[in-house]
Amino acid sequence: MNKVVNDFSITVGTKNGSGSSTANNTILRSIFKMGIPVSGKNLFPSNIQGLPTWYTIRVNKDGFVARREVQEIVIAMNPDSFARDLASVAPGGAFFYADDIKQPMTRTDVAAYAMPVKELVRKDPNVPSDFRDLVGNMVYVGVLAQMIGIDLEKIQSALHFHFKGKQKPIDMNMNAVRAGAEWAQANLEKKDPFYLEPMNKTEGMIMTDGNTAAALGSIYGGVQFAAWYPITPATSLAEGLNDYLPQLRKREDGKHTYAVVQAEDELAAIGMTIGAGWSGLRSMTSTSGPGLSLMTEFAGLAYYTEVPIVVWDVQRVGPSTGLPTRTSQGDLSFTAYLGHGDTEQIILLPGDVYECFEFGWKAFDIAERMQSPVFVLSDLDMGMNQWMSKPFKYPDTPMDRGKILWEEDLEKIKNNWGRYLDTDGDGIPYRTVPGNKHPLSAYLLRGTGHDEHARYSEDAALWAKNMDRLKTKYDTAENFVPKPIIMKTPGAKIGIIGYGSTESAIEEARYQLEKEHGVKVDFMRVRAVPFTAEVDEFIRTHDQLFVVDMNRGGQMHKLLAVSHPESATKLIKVAFNDGLSATASWVRESVLMKTNGRPSSAKKAAAKKTIAKKAAPKKAVSKKAVKESAAKKATPKKKGAK
Amino acid sequence: MTEALPMAGIAPAQVNLAGLAKNDYRGAPSTLCQGCGHNSISNQIVSALYEMDTRPEDVVKFSGIGCSSKSPTYFLNRSFGFNGLHGRMPSVATGALFANAKLKGIGISGDGDTASIGMGQFKHVVRRNLNMVYIVENNGVYGLTKGQFSATSEKGLALKKQGTNPYMPVDICMEAIASNATFVARSFAGDPKQVKELLKAALAHRGIAVLDIISPCVTFNNQSNAFHSYTWGKDHEEPLHDITYIAPRSEIMLEEEMKEGEVREVALHDGSTIILKNLDKDYNPTNRWDALRILEEAQKNDWLVTGLIYIEPDKPALTDIYNLVDTPLNRLTEADLRPDPASLDKINGLMF
Repeated sequence: MNKVVNDFSITVGTKNGSGSSTANNTILRSIFKMGIPVSGKNLFPSNIQGLPTWYTIRVNKDGFVARREVQEIVIAMNPDSFARDLASVAPGGAFFYADDIKQPMTRTDVAAYAMPVKELVRKDPNVPSDFRDLVGNMVYVGVLAQMIGIDLEKIQSALHFHFKGKQKPIDMNMNAVRAGAEWAQANLEKKDPFYLEPMNKTEGMIMTDGNTAAALGSIYGGVQFAAWYPITPATSLAEGLNDYLPQLRKREDGKHTYAVVQAEDELAAIGMTIGAGWSGLRSMTSTSGPGLSLMTEFAGLAYYTEVPIVVWDVQRVGPSTGLPTRTSQGDLSFTAYLGHGDTEQIILLPGDVYECFEFGWKAFDIAERMQSPVFVLSDLDMGMNQWMSKPFKYPDTPMDRGKILWEEDLEKIKNNWGRYLDTDGDGIPYRTVPGNKHPLSAYLLRGTGHDEHARYSEDAALWAKNMDRLKTKYDTAENFVPKPIIMKTPGAKIGIIGYGSTESAIEEARYQLEKEHGVKVDFMRVRAVPFTAEVDEFIRTHDQLFVVDMNRGGQMHKLLAVSHPESATKLIKVAFNDGLSATASWVRESVLMKTNGRPSSAKKAAAKKTIAKKAAPKKAVSKKAVKESAAKKATPKKKGAK
Repeated sequence: MTEALPMAGIAPAQVNLAGLAKNDYRGAPSTLCQGCGHNSISNQIVSALYEMDTRPEDVVKFSGIGCSSKSPTYFLNRSFGFNGLHGRMPSVATGALFANAKLKGIGISGDGDTASIGMGQFKHVVRRNLNMVYIVENNGVYGLTKGQFSATSEKGLALKKQGTNPYMPVDICMEAIASNATFVARSFAGDPKQVKELLKAALAHRGIAVLDIISPCVTFNNQSNAFHSYTWGKDHEEPLHDITYIAPRSEIMLEEEMKEGEVREVALHDGSTIILKNLDKDYNPTNRWDALRILEEAQKNDWLVTGLIYIEPDKPALTDIYNLVDTPLNRLTEADLRPDPASLDKINGLMF
């Protein structure tokens, strides 16, 4: 049997609320500490206790960390999902299960290992009976560690980190890990090919989730006010502010330079955020789709009245309550025009946790510079799952507070100042904020029609002129939002356009396309709306462009087609969302099926491959749906862009 | 009050201790209907702030949508203001007043803006004790959309296009007390002196001060038998007390000597005092139970009780709870707001 080293996926099936996250995080952190590129994804139900939940760890020596459809190692701890878990192991894979689950072993093509979890935990007199289930999870950590080669010392340091150095829980959990490892060593014979070997590919890297990164980025951006309402998957972003603000903005006098308010609903959360932004505070809120729906009216007000705020949308699957615990890029179209009437919003699209931090602080600069709401679209996969990253980089530009006037500033230009007067020709006026003592500084902000001096007006020409200025201002934003990231392959004539958390899947797909199929593809990751000149250039210079969207409608595809009508026929929609994050094989196959001018043998091979691939029954449904939508797209029928 | 010295050739302008003339407190000309109660309230806001020597720059105006919410245009031109969304004034005010905890909010709302679409935000801003005078210009009708019932319309009210109102009204003062308001008063726009004294007391109160002012709609709801009409208000007003606001450090001079047992003094946080000459001699405005009782009795008897219904002067206002720095938050700079680079190294060390 050929050894498979540092290139496989491990899925653990447990019950929600059984405390398995400590165990799973411990595995993840230990592998990370061994220097092997790794990612962890939690597939959890919208439930507190009892329903099945899965945690998937992908280990990949080449650094690809996107989701895969295949899992080589499966650990089954939950009787309710046992049959499904067993069916999900790839042929030739390994299946570990708690031996108190008395269910038929129906597969002969996997290496099955029964683990005496309960028995081992009961043997330890130091584990109180109500802790047995929790600690029991550590037994599978130990068994797995022994069987695939996770360094126990790394597990010890992961537990030390997790329990913040508290010796008692560290010992209790470590004892269970050792018991599992020792038992496996004495009783199990290795029948599968999967091994871990230390590398040095995570040195200097950090591991964190996007919501924590966003909270930290916001703090380094000088956040002063945040209002929020609990909603999955955005809650941990606001909680991150609560966790880190007291340490990072500590002052000698013990007083606070910020306030975080839990509002009564999302309407109030964004209302407070707008009040604070209007008054000159760096102000933010965080939410997900349903919350964003509620915030729509206020979003339009902030656009029209030119109030700087930052809104994080950690996307989950909609419409409606949808799938609250699954990931999506379904809010892009909605956010782009959030508000009734002629509203256009500025959107930032971080692609990883590193950018969640970076855009965390940049969003405030852009909002204050543009005097506009700035929406930052993350998603559940990025926001709540653990990702490796370069360390966060300290802001490399000073804070940009934009065109704000205090007393002495206003005194200088008071004869040529109006709140909405565009004296610079960039569409951005100068603003004053409450507390300014200059007698001419005050104005009444109104959501109703207003003239350049903020006075009520129903004048037709004034209305149109002001809306034109807002358009000019929106165009000016192109100079301030992040430019796309472009990855070139020499000789490539086609390109993939993506955004957000699909980057890891797309990068892996490009690698496979070139290596396995000889198809050279460039890649542009769009990082903001409105689109900058670089986006236009990339579209102009490629023959065919695959726009990857984690939603049904191809929302980025539509936005690009509308803003680039002359190139619309070059843009090919690659769009799908079932709540699971994008995979390289989906991107790869979608590209192969639709690429023009490719040798037909490659096309046939690709088609064969997609049919043959039915390794994971759980994912087979979604996979089939991809194929169907892909097949439909093969006929050049224009549906998306009109 | 100090007199301004007359200057040769110019008519002496009367100024207050802030050095400002009454005109400095005025706004744009009103576009509301002639005789609208709201205009009278705007005038009393101008007078109260002028007489209290408050600088307009220290006040921020807020409103939602409706006739009432238009009125911040008609007073305090020199104050910042935010005329936002229907029923959402409280949240905007909550965020805005964090920028500078010394600013006083004046929120103007109506019965639709507060008791219908804005009920949730109203109750929560009260619960949070935001440092703001929350005025409900209550006319029991939707004016701007031309005469529909509101949530404070009395049961049985007949309106031209609406038929007869089948529902019991919401009592804004009762709702405020139920949500732990720290200052609740009711007045009648046709009684400008009381409106002004209550406004002064409300402005001196640190925390939320809910002022439910019955303000008749002269166009859509002023039949003499309607609860929110001038005639009905004048006939049914039952003042709890005569109220006099005494500014801090001012000499207390009462117009007439009050009898023992009838006079109640309430000290406010800034050293000012409200003197209440009780008409209902058992009434104690610091007792929530009494406050709810008097409102219940009024409802039963068809009385319009006016005056200071409830006050709790010592509860911390919202921003006080947050232990903010003395410098207004919106004057802080990068040095105060961006943690140093060394801290990020530590943070990176924790990310695992």
